[in-house]
Amino acid sequence: MTDFSAFEPSKGGVVGQPVNRVDGHAKVTGQAQYAAEYALPNLTYAALKTSSIAKGRIKSIDPAAALREPGVLAVFTHENLPKMAQTPNTLAGKYAIYGMHMAFMPLTGNEIFYSAQPVAVVVADTFERATQAAALVQVTYEQARPVASYQSANAEVFDPNGQGYVFDLKKVVRGNPQASLAASAVQVKATYVHPINHHNPMEPGATIAHWEAPDRVTVYDSTQAVAMSQSSLATILGLPQEQVRVVTKFIGGGFGCKFNLWPHTVLATLAAKAVGRPVKLVLTRQQMFTSLGHREDQEQTITLGATKEGKLTTLIHEKTSTTSPWDIFAEPNGAILNWLYACPNYQSSHRVARANVMTSTYMRAPGESPGSVAIECGLDELAAKLNLDPLEIRLRNYANLDPGTGQPWSSKGLKECYARGAELFGWGKRNLQPGVTRDGRLLVGWGMATASYPVRPAQGRARVRLYADGHALVQTSATDLGTGTYTVITQVAADALGLPMANVRFELGDSTLPTAPASGSSVAAATVSSSVYLAIQDVWQRLTALAVRDSQSPLFKALPADVVREQDQLVLRTNPSKREKFSALLQRQGLADIEGVGNSKSGEGYEADQIAFDNKPGTKQTKRSMYSFGVHFCEVKVDPDLGTVHVTRWVSVMDGGRILNTKTARSQIIGGSIMGIGAALMEGTNRDEQYARYTNADLAGYHVPINADIPDMQVEFIDGHDPYVNAMGVKGIGEVAMVGTVAAVANAVYHATGKRVRSFPIVPSKVLGSDAV
Amino acid sequence: MNNFTYTPTNSAKEAIRLRRETPAATYVAGATTLLDMMKVNLVEYPQLIDINALPLTGIEQTTDGLRIGALERMSDVGEHRLVVAQYPAVSESLLLAASAQLRNMASIGGNLLQRTRCGYFRDAAFPCNKRVPGSGCPAQHGDNHGLAILGTSEACIAQTYPGDLSVALLAFDAVLTLENAKGKQRRVPITSFYVLPGQTPHQENILEPGELIVAVTIPAAEHARRSTYLKVRERTSYAYALASAAVGLDVQAGTIRSARVALGGVGTIPWRSPEAEKILTGAPATDETFRAAATAALRGAQPREHNGYKVQLAQNTLVRALQKVATT
Ligand SMILES: Cc1cc2nc3c(=O)[nH]c(=O)nc-3n(C[C@H](O)[C@H](O)[C@H](O)COP(=O)(O)OP(=O)(O)OC[C@H]3O[C@@H](n4cnc5c(N)ncnc54)[C@H](O)[C@@H]3O)c2cc1C
Ligand code: SF4
Repeated sequence: MTDFSAFEPSKGGVVGQPVNRVDGHAKVTGQAQYAAEYALPNLTYAALKTSSIAKGRIKSIDPAAALREPGVLAVFTHENLPKMAQTPNTLAGKYAIYGMHMAFMPLTGNEIFYSAQPVAVVVADTFERATQAAALVQVTYEQARPVASYQSANAEVFDPNGQGYVFDLKKVVRGNPQASLAASAVQVKATYVHPINHHNPMEPGATIAHWEAPDRVTVYDSTQAVAMSQSSLATILGLPQEQVRVVTKFIGGGFGCKFNLWPHTVLATLAAKAVGRPVKLVLTRQQMFTSLGHREDQEQTITLGATKEGKLTTLIHEKTSTTSPWDIFAEPNGAILNWLYACPNYQSSHRVARANVMTSTYMRAPGESPGSVAIECGLDELAAKLNLDPLEIRLRNYANLDPGTGQPWSSKGLKECYARGAELFGWGKRNLQPGVTRDGRLLVGWGMATASYPVRPAQGRARVRLYADGHALVQTSATDLGTGTYTVITQVAADALGLPMANVRFELGDSTLPTAPASGSSVAAATVSSSVYLAIQDVWQRLTALAVRDSQSPLFKALPADVVREQDQLVLRTNPSKREKFSALLQRQGLADIEGVGNSKSGEGYEADQIAFDNKPGTKQTKRSMYSFGVHFCEVKVDPDLGTVHVTRWVSVMDGGRILNTKTARSQIIGGSIMGIGAALMEGTNRDEQYARYTNADLAGYHVPINADIPDMQVEFIDGHDPYVNAMGVKGIGEVAMVGTVAAVANAVYHATGKRVRSFPIVPSKVLGSDAV
Repeated sequence: MNNFTYTPTNSAKEAIRLRRETPAATYVAGATTLLDMMKVNLVEYPQLIDINALPLTGIEQTTDGLRIGALERMSDVGEHRLVVAQYPAVSESLLLAASAQLRNMASIGGNLLQRTRCGYFRDAAFPCNKRVPGSGCPAQHGDNHGLAILGTSEACIAQTYPGDLSVALLAFDAVLTLENAKGKQRRVPITSFYVLPGQTPHQENILEPGELIVAVTIPAAEHARRSTYLKVRERTSYAYALASAAVGLDVQAGTIRSARVALGGVGTIPWRSPEAEKILTGAPATDETFRAAATAALRGAQPREHNGYKVQLAQNTLVRALQKVATT
């Protein structure tokens, strides 16, 4: 058996095909069970009471009226919440519990740090009774003046000096940016302002906690990360990890807000233990704005220095944003500027201010998405100043090596993306001059932007059980956010086993299964497909070992290295007439099934192991920089009298390495682009300055794009296999989908109107108003 | 949401009697807005009297104009042949509102009584004069980006009616038929139905406690036949108006014989503009006339910090709507 490391597509295989979702039928018929949909016997319901103030202290909290309501089992407040073995509240340093993104746990003290902070959990025998009783908990507060954001007069902005959580937020300097800027022929400086964005997945945060024994709990939770949630919960509860089980079979979207464990899941679990019955807690839509983080409000200033020909000499990025009272968290916007274009001098720095908000979190391409606004709009401004075509200026600054490290790329199909995208869009016909192209009353603008996102390092395991009857069960603890993980992994397994997809069942979303990474950082498809592929290679190795020792096998006494796989058979390479189906082999051996396991690495680190696998000691190893790439082209039509902006055409061409399923992949790119159109044109959570409380915290007030906002979108992929990223050659597409999209829209609005709106979202008031220059 | 009892009824008499028995109760029709306010504890009622089975339906031609039953659904009315033919602005105002699902449930009576979308009103944690009289109005110096610029007061600057239909009804002099707690009917022109906030923004209309909206009648007129409703918002659909205009023109040989102008999204109540109508009437149907009318319509505007753009936006919206009807 030689065929070990990298996946090769098989003839007639399904990998890459636009296969329909294997879970589609279950979803549209209501059979797919989401976290809140487990009808456990004796189920009870929890409701949260949240604070009406943003800063201060609870003077008194009285559950008496709530407790008098029929069906109410318990009211938990900071005065009686069961103790945790470890609480995540720490005011300094790193996270006490890694998977718990916010270093604060509500109901552990009487202090109020942010508006709508939970102050009580009410458990009752019905949802309605719990909700009603929560309203009856009487709370009095002592109010203090809150800080609303980094922009507030009473905010203290500071340099986190490398103390950031997750992203260290250190100042990064390459070359000599100040000197090169001073010496550069052309300079552009621009500041872009972004409001808070909320993920707003369709499915709210939801938990059912069920203690099966005093020291064993199963938590059905809408999480992108069952394994990480399991370990975080185990730490908080003081239980061995094995005694905490987290189950997430289906997710109605997450976009990053379900990556970490959040307080509501912990509260439900503690409440369930205390009442001795399973507890269900589903967040309301309003609570979704104050429970699972958000993309922080921020402003970023980019300074570009360039030659007269438009070659970049300097990129300087400064970001200021709001963080919470306990954590120092900010998306690292400056990072993408370090690799996107060839530029010898670079600097990035962050400043933050503490305010009375919960901790912000990862939202689709955290850092890269807003960071790409700075570089992609900034470059557009530079191109305009130099009277250069926006695509041309990008080609002039094309990075053949990673400018940040000097390393070669593992693969980079960006030039092909540019060329194909420009062709599909008809970019060559673009008028260089802004504000002059018309369609009747409307102004027409074309914009474009580059997309890129790292192939982040991750690893995970999978188990495959192949049955003698020709069926297979594939298992990992990965999750499917709704993106198609169920489907693409079934495709990979079917091809690698030589079985029809219908004979393969892929099970995920349960922490009792082999540990896989979270669905986040665009690593799921890459890591899970690779681990499943390697687990199946393990199965074939074991089958080969059985066959060559089985005197009745046609492969008896063959050298294992000479045995290859064809479909569901083992074949002797030197004499292909000698072959055997795995089912025949297993049956003869009296084995009902055979199991294999696979541990895959993806991103940095995979390469090193590969060299070891290949058994080439002494081979000089070149480290590679690993990124997905792509480009988005956008046409908008702007009504100059009414200020409305409509996206009328969209083309994305992406290099994401091997594409496992062009249909689900296309949906990812469309989804990311729509999210970008939303962030560019309409999304923003507004906050009252005096009360530090949101004023549009529901889906009537927070506008996400609806169908009528979105044109037919054209998406293509550059055929690519990247041998350096992982066994499957998959680079990941979930987040690169959004990078550059906001800028593509903003650049199109500029091209249409000749005005730069540098404050998002670009709503009619800004198109009409003096916000634009 | 508080506990409440739910009582279906099938006659106006019975509904009104139930309301008399429990004055704190309320009627429920499509429930599309009542329940979402109850869910976040903005309003609390001990009893909901379901009026959906009442015979307040029918869209019929009468000598006074087209009579629309208060329990007709927004989608049915918006798509009705007679409405489309005689009152295009009314049809458009309905079909540009909310979402298809909401329009299928929502009734005409309920639509007229929907409440403000001011973010402070919609969250019980904030003070709000409209919700809790005397508690204050944080919108004056807060997030007033979407709020009104006409008819405002120091007590309230929100659109008491944030929707669309009433704007079109206002333009075309619709008359409401109401039935009070004693079973007596009265007819009230929509022009005097909504009340400016003044110092009492919690008083929103002239409906008496327990009074039912029975029907809406829209008189026939040439300017209604030649009308349009233009709505500008922050996304293409499923959003409230930043500014809207319901206009109707009777143009003969290039001269405007009669004109109707009402604005939405900019007034604390749906905003009829006699000033604009005066300029339009008898004038040539030109851009210059339209522009002058738009200037007049917004002359009294009093923007706050974040909604100054609405002056220009409303003017441009009005001009655009007038241009559209003038050329059809
Ligand atoms: C997300 C969202 C977006 C929306 N967007 C828009 C929009 O863009 N434009 C727009 O115009 N509207 C919009 N609406 C409002 C919508 O039109 C109203 O919710 C709907 O018309 C209310 O009708 P209903 O029958 O459901 O009323 P209900 O919710 O049943 O009742 C509303 C109120 O009216 C009272 N009531 C109902 N019928 C009568 C009657 N016959 N006599 C006396 N009292 C009565 C009830 O007691 C209650 O107080 C939106 C609503 C939502 C939720
Ligand atoms: S504007 Fe009116 S509705 Fe809004 S907060 Fe002030 S009083 Fe309340």
